[in-house]
Amino acid sequence: MDSPILQAKNLTKIYGQNVIFQDISLDVNRGETIVVIGPSGTGKSTLLRCINLLTPINSGQIFLNGKEITAPEASEDKVRQQVGMVFQNFLLFNHLTALDNVMIGLSKVKKLPKAQAREKALYELNRVGLSDRADHYPGQLSGGQQQRVGIARALAMDPSVMLFDEPTSALDPELIGEVLGVMEILAREHMTMLVVTHEMGFAREVANRIVFMEKGSIVEQGSPNDLFYHPQHERTREFLWKITELYGKKDEEE
Amino acid sequence: MSGVLELFARFWPQLLQGAGITLLLTVEGLAAGLALGLLTALGRVYGNRFWRGLAIGYVEIFRGTPLLVQLFLLYYGLPGLGITLSREWSAFLALGLNSGAYQAEYLRGSLLAIGSSQMMAGRAIGMSKWQTIREIILPQALRLAIPAWANEPVSLLKSTAVVFLIAVPELMAQGKIIAARTYNPIGAYITVAIVYLAIVYLLDAFLKWAEVRVKIPGFEAEGKKA
Repeated sequence: MDSPILQAKNLTKIYGQNVIFQDISLDVNRGETIVVIGPSGTGKSTLLRCINLLTPINSGQIFLNGKEITAPEASEDKVRQQVGMVFQNFLLFNHLTALDNVMIGLSKVKKLPKAQAREKALYELNRVGLSDRADHYPGQLSGGQQQRVGIARALAMDPSVMLFDEPTSALDPELIGEVLGVMEILAREHMTMLVVTHEMGFAREVANRIVFMEKGSIVEQGSPNDLFYHPQHERTREFLWKITELYGKKDEEE
Repeated sequence: MSGVLELFARFWPQLLQGAGITLLLTVEGLAAGLALGLLTALGRVYGNRFWRGLAIGYVEIFRGTPLLVQLFLLYYGLPGLGITLSREWSAFLALGLNSGAYQAEYLRGSLLAIGSSQMMAGRAIGMSKWQTIREIILPQALRLAIPAWANEPVSLLKSTAVVFLIAVPELMAQGKIIAARTYNPIGAYITVAIVYLAIVYLLDAFLKWAEVRVKIPGFEAEGKKA
């Protein structure tokens, strides 16, 4: 296997007196789906934002395709085109239709001609199963549909890595499935993905690797099988037991 | 009714001319104020310390002093510094500067309401800060501002009346002339008031039409939630 597509080395993030996370190192290989789990407030979402340079880190280095993106001379805007981000609250552009939400990055950032941008945007909307909603505004779409548009918007830029920040946490339970379904397809197509989620079913079925974070550091990582059935740390066991109790009932019934 | 109909019949050319100047001053002042207000609001929300300070200073001074004082300073005060402005330029500048300070506040409010999350979403697909402001933030903030901003054209229209004090022949000035010529101040000023009302009515109708035209389905509700 070639070198990791994304490499985080000794990342530390501090807000004032609060250490959000400390000395985090993580390698993401091409085509890998990594699910990051852990209690709330352990810095999982902040980690994603730091990788996307939306939040500056205090120390450490991040490499994307072998190039250091935390270097002072690296262009943030260029980096973000290669790192797709899906937000918990979708954050669609509310004044634009679904199609224009996906198109705007293609025409304004990638400067594609209009016809070409449109074609690509329609392709991405089709990929998330929403080509029939192209001319709907975000306000006219369900949460699940909005999030799928959010995924299409990020995919349209042809990113090297996709970051998902609790993509289903703001959704009604009956809408979670359609979003996870799209993500599962992406994983099967070997999109490189880093997913923060509490959906243990998804983690178990789809992840190549699960990373358990707590209190700003990585406690343990490994295959779903290792973490779910042979966790090395007591804390991992406790967390998984608790969260399966909360969310995982239906998985057990299967 | 105090001979209002007769006054209309006799003085309609003067009233029409005055109304035309009043409307022109309003439109010019609004346009200048919008440009100025937009720059000020952007400077205040997104600018560095320097631009923020400048924006705050401008808004405080022009909202905190009477329009009439600003007008007199421009028309009677500036010549003392060797700058002489015509009546029309003084009126235009005073109205534009004054309105800009108010419009800046309306726009700032809606820029803040759109919030940092839309900025983050724009940056996340590789847009620069100013690209995101132009393509994402402003189209939403301007729409969001319309209901509150819609007070400004009407308010400015009525404020234009003060410029009769530097003898710009707008509607109020015509009223004064008519009152003096007919010895009928009640009739003259009621006539003028009716013309103002009519213009306000038309302005409101236009603004409502514009608001509906630029409306985006579901956007209003989203804005309220945020």
